[in-house]
Amino acid sequence: MMPNFSYIRPESLQEAITHLGSADARLHAGGTDLLPCLRDQVFDAKKVVSINGINDLRSIQETEDGSLRIGALTTITEVAENPLIRERYAALAQAAAEVASPQLRHQGTIGGNLCQKPRCWYYRGEFHCLRKGGKICYAKGGENQFHCIFGGKGCYIVHPSDTAPPLAAFAAKINIVGPKGKRTVEAAVFHVEPSKDVTRETVLEPAEIVTEILLPRPLQGLRSSYRKVRARQAWDFALAGVALVLQFQGNKVTKGRVVLCGAAPVPWRSYEVEKVVIGSALDDATISRAAAAAVKNAKPLEKNDYKIPLFQGMLEEELQKIKNG
Amino acid sequence: MEKKEKHKGCQCDCGFTRRGFLSSMGAGAVALAASGKIVTPAAAAGVKAPMDSLSIQLMINGRSQRLLVEPRWSLLYVLREHLGLTGVKIGCERGECGACTVLINDIPRYGCLTLAVEAEGSKITTLEGLMQGEDLGPVQQAFVEKDAFQCGYCTPGQIMAVEGLLRAKPRPSVAEIQREVSGNLCRCGAYVNIFKAADRAAELKRS
Repeated sequence: MMPNFSYIRPESLQEAITHLGSADARLHAGGTDLLPCLRDQVFDAKKVVSINGINDLRSIQETEDGSLRIGALTTITEVAENPLIRERYAALAQAAAEVASPQLRHQGTIGGNLCQKPRCWYYRGEFHCLRKGGKICYAKGGENQFHCIFGGKGCYIVHPSDTAPPLAAFAAKINIVGPKGKRTVEAAVFHVEPSKDVTRETVLEPAEIVTEILLPRPLQGLRSSYRKVRARQAWDFALAGVALVLQFQGNKVTKGRVVLCGAAPVPWRSYEVEKVVIGSALDDATISRAAAAAVKNAKPLEKNDYKIPLFQGMLEEELQKIKNG
Repeated sequence: MEKKEKHKGCQCDCGFTRRGFLSSMGAGAVALAASGKIVTPAAAAGVKAPMDSLSIQLMINGRSQRLLVEPRWSLLYVLREHLGLTGVKIGCERGECGACTVLINDIPRYGCLTLAVEAEGSKITTLEGLMQGEDLGPVQQAFVEKDAFQCGYCTPGQIMAVEGLLRAKPRPSVAEIQREVSGNLCRCGAYVNIFKAADRAAELKRS
């Protein structure tokens, strides 16, 4: 049984923001991450504010300029199955289809997938770790086989979201509302590295709510893919993953983004890979160099150096696939 | 043989079947919950209105039910402990095993990760709702025919996942079956027969 909390399901964003402003209030969207966190007492909630009564947040719409607007309460299943997303933003549809299990995809939301808490077993367990306001990271000298190889500083989690890497790679924007009004943030900078602030995962301020995700209209010649490697074929987080969004002109890559998953405390943009592939024809030699560059600056922990050949091999395979269209 | 018949006869004589026992249990639990509310510490602790029990309406296995629930009660807890629908199993209670799978508006979801208040106004289907009178429904029948379980604990959840799949997609491929039951763990490892049962269930539903 979860600890007691009060519950409110407002019908407007304004009301929700007001309720979220009270002490220890927590937002409920799909509830698939909130409820286990409350049950395990990762954090407390005096008040649960469900935004499920706000129906405006539940839609996928093409806007006049050809971009796509995804409401934050759209379920992961809806993202995975939407024909327009599958056609134009393949990497996002593929990533959504790889999230957790069917039941969780039916319930979990795209907004929640971006805002979920870390899955580090020390963070989720009874350890007062650095991220929870404690003094040390238990993973650093402990069981760190599933932790990061990039961007670790103080805390060594990997960001668990499958949909965040493709959203960052597509240069999506995230609309947010809060007590101070509306603002828009690039998906690529929505998550916060531990070197900047170890106690927060996203740029969200108290009582702010993610309302929509905006995807720019893709140009001709854009190819994208998402690859997720996990320890078993179903229902698991990524050991390694990559979202590729590359603009092709013939066999040459003219621009694009490469964002790694399971690599760092935030979706990790691999500038190293981008530098090798952009401006080059994607031939075997370029692909090998790009895959090697991906892991060149990696800093593995004691038990996760297997991730280096894993990322390298995975990058090589995925770049070969995207080359062949 | 003789002994078995005698036993069966005995059950008839006292009018006490397992099913009857379970539904009377359910009624008892509801009564307890209602009386429990009076002594709940919530009011005594001076907690404001949202903490108190909320009245919700659910359509459970075709029957409309009004229930008083605390905000923190999961749908799993309410279905099992207050309505006696023990086909919904308690497993990990963290959305990892699938034992508590129920259909919410025909879609498989985890009862443990759904607050009962969040299900308000929804149509809930549990294993019990798949029975056709005293006969097994097609998915249940297929699981028996294909020997799709050993200990049976995960079976109700597996059956509900298959039921949800077949409602959305009457002719799934093997790959689709494997994918749609991937949110349900079976510690006995009966997966191969579960996939066969799902395929057989699709046949039975069509016939």
